[in-house]
Amino acid sequence: MLAKRIIPCLDVKDGRVVKGINFVNLRDAGDPVEVASAYEAEGADELTFLDITASHEKRDIIIDVVARTAEKVFMPLTVGGGVRTLDDIRSLLKAGADKVAINTAAVHNPDFVQQAAERFGSQCIVVAIDAKQVEATAPDFTTEFEWQERYPELLEEKGKHEQHWEVYTHGGRNRTGINVVRWAKCMEQFGAGEILLTSMDRDGTKQGYDLPLNRAVSETCTIPVIASGGAGTLEHLYDALAEGKADAVLAASIFHFKELTIPETKQYLDQRGIIVRTLAPEAT
Amino acid sequence: MIAIIDYGMGNLRSVQKAFEAVDAPAEVTRDPDTILNASAMVLPGVGAFKDCMNNLDELDLVPLIRRFVESGKPFLGICLGLQLLFEQSSEFGNVPGLGLLPGKVVRFDDQPGSENGTLLKVPHMGWNTLKFQNPCPLFEGIPPESYFYFVHSFYVVPDNPNIVASTTQYGIDFVSGIHYDNLYAFQFHPEKSQTLGLAILKNFAKLI
Repeated sequence: MLAKRIIPCLDVKDGRVVKGINFVNLRDAGDPVEVASAYEAEGADELTFLDITASHEKRDIIIDVVARTAEKVFMPLTVGGGVRTLDDIRSLLKAGADKVAINTAAVHNPDFVQQAAERFGSQCIVVAIDAKQVEATAPDFTTEFEWQERYPELLEEKGKHEQHWEVYTHGGRNRTGINVVRWAKCMEQFGAGEILLTSMDRDGTKQGYDLPLNRAVSETCTIPVIASGGAGTLEHLYDALAEGKADAVLAASIFHFKELTIPETKQYLDQRGIIVRTLAPEAT
Repeated sequence: MIAIIDYGMGNLRSVQKAFEAVDAPAEVTRDPDTILNASAMVLPGVGAFKDCMNNLDELDLVPLIRRFVESGKPFLGICLGLQLLFEQSSEFGNVPGLGLLPGKVVRFDDQPGSENGTLLKVPHMGWNTLKFQNPCPLFEGIPPESYFYFVHSFYVVPDNPNIVASTTQYGIDFVSGIHYDNLYAFQFHPEKSQTLGLAILKNFAKLI
């Protein structure tokens, strides 16, 4: 049976891991390669690097990080952050990334996802969605997109006031008017191989994943959905996989600060009946 | 030296680094002399079947691969490199493959398949277990029910059941590994499957 995946996410800025990393025996907790190796040894199923380097001119730094990681770590690696062009994707894949996550570039131009999937294959194209709940009392959105006449169904209907989730950009600051569930389905139809769904309402709160959001997207899409944003306890991870119907859970701080380790997380999920990959015995 | 066929698709560097990690020198190449003089060949691949076949054709690599396989030297196919061995794929209409093995390549059906009532997610992405079938030297030392990393939407249906080295359950039991004479090929990615994946590559290198 296919196992549910546990995916630590590292924020990387100018080639260094930011936020705390609490592994003992790490010579350099700021080095993404060292941290990636430590997570591999713990039995993480995949790894995600989120490049938060502000400047696009410094893209060669993350390329170098990916190349050095791919030399040492033999598990799937996804890289997101600042992926804007087909060339960006090509360089990351060539350096050794297995998947790239596209976020803002897709919002500005949904066809970019189609081009990327056609060129590199759906298996390596992850669409990252930052979702936020919009109250029924909220005013209409004011954004305009070059593509809105081609894909009008992606946008919320103006004047219709119901609680819903919208796609946000810029770390949850900018509202787009794009309906999250329809966006996810559209990205699937455009060739995305996976959805990384982050609740901006829950991100950093440790109050648990947004389960209705996850379920709504997971039940609509036939591609895998990774739940992200809000992990604080083991139960939160269980809930996202069981109730939120996610195929994988992504978490950052709970693993970095060693509040939870990957083995104890998997042991807990296993006991609650979730299929997880337990750390493999060595080959004989 | 192991020749990793460079036809412009797939994560070739990862495969090369994985062989280096088990002390098996490997070179990413499309040079005919290098390929034919190599002691073993690896055909990796991700992406679309049709694009891969087109690239192999355009680079004149198809006859080289055939000649190499006929020479009896060890051949390893990974992911799409497994699917390409067969006669045809139903991806984007019927596209002919290398036809080195009789059988076809089909897509996972869109069917309710997973345990929680959602549709079977395609691609089949993540870690899944192998059920060993016919003996295969590359599985030597690999504990039963070990997990390996998969990412694919299509799977192979060989005509000959005797070449099936392993199956994996995803909605159905599909063929995840084959072994026929000097041909070895897997649907999963040994180069992405941590220590046990490396153990399989090491077993392959031992055949040289």
